[in-house]
Amino acid sequence: MTTRLTRRPVSAFTLRHGDDNLILAQRLAEWISRAPELEEDIALANVALDHLGVSQLLLTYAAETGAAGETDDDLAFLRSEREFSNLLLVEQPNGDFAVTMARQLLFDAYQLGFWEGLSASKDEMLAAISAKALKESGYHFRHSAGWVIRLGDGTDESHTRMQAGLDSMWRFTEEMFAMDDLDRELAASGVGVDLAPLEDPWRNRVGSVIEEATLTVPSDPFQRIGGRSGEHTEHLGHLLTEMQWLQRTHPGLDW
Amino acid sequence: MTYSVPTAPGEQEAEVAADVEQHGWQLWEVFVRQKRGLAHVHAGSIHAPDAETALQNARDVYTRRVEGTSLWVVPSTEITASNPDDVDTMFEPFADKPYRHPTFYDIPEEVGHM
Repeated sequence: MTTRLTRRPVSAFTLRHGDDNLILAQRLAEWISRAPELEEDIALANVALDHLGVSQLLLTYAAETGAAGETDDDLAFLRSEREFSNLLLVEQPNGDFAVTMARQLLFDAYQLGFWEGLSASKDEMLAAISAKALKESGYHFRHSAGWVIRLGDGTDESHTRMQAGLDSMWRFTEEMFAMDDLDRELAASGVGVDLAPLEDPWRNRVGSVIEEATLTVPSDPFQRIGGRSGEHTEHLGHLLTEMQWLQRTHPGLDW
Repeated sequence: MTYSVPTAPGEQEAEVAADVEQHGWQLWEVFVRQKRGLAHVHAGSIHAPDAETALQNARDVYTRRVEGTSLWVVPSTEITASNPDDVDTMFEPFADKPYRHPTFYDIPEEVGHM
């Protein structure tokens, strides 16, 4: 398998965004049978499946543009922790429902801007996948924003928990807009997205939800980055252990 | 559903309604329109704390297999239903009035299926 360092730029770029969606899908799937209400259980599963669908499209394309013979399944189930290039935000544990909704709000607002930008990519495949994903993100944002407002502007208990959720996730937000050499190279060639201009619209989007929720926009000076280069928090390894168990235990198993 | 419990003089009234509100979400009836031109048809019901969430839950539960292009949600408590015990007086009288069905006409061939 081609490693992160030797992978072709288009493949590496596609892979990191495929990883974002794959890891978040796995996290959200952990809510299945545990959401506060049956209807919310189905809603979270739907969001998880949206992300899983996008990740499959992206990982398939990353494999096509990667090493010969590589498949999307190889990328999902046979890479180790250091080879995953997802954002630290999406691998964070679900916590309580408010923590999950905080993570979703911050990420959904980011994806709205990102997919919009990438849908203008010179790479036709990436543009097409983004156009599809953008519609789904619109709904995800509506769902998470609704919950953040409802919980923030709810009871004392829900307000406190919602604020704690936002505070605990805020340290992973700057990474979404941090650009490395790969991002700059692909943005310059029109295949990727210039991430820096996405930050202000993101702040406005998230800020107006937080304001309506009567919450306070966190200002955490301690920001963590490293996911794009494979330096993850301790939580990713545990997630992969569960997600990859079947394929690791029974190599090549299919259905 | 709210109902009052008889109380003895000086006794506090039981707060049944508040308890229901705290521990459960309201029930909503869901109506789905399959495509433009057709009517909204009752699909089932869902729980939700407010109208906006009801709409989202209805979308996730009843249209996830492309069943619809439009949704209505109505609080179940807002629906006034006929009483099943009244079937005899409500509907039985129509049973012997077949002349209300438009089946006594000869439809010209050119009209085709109506």
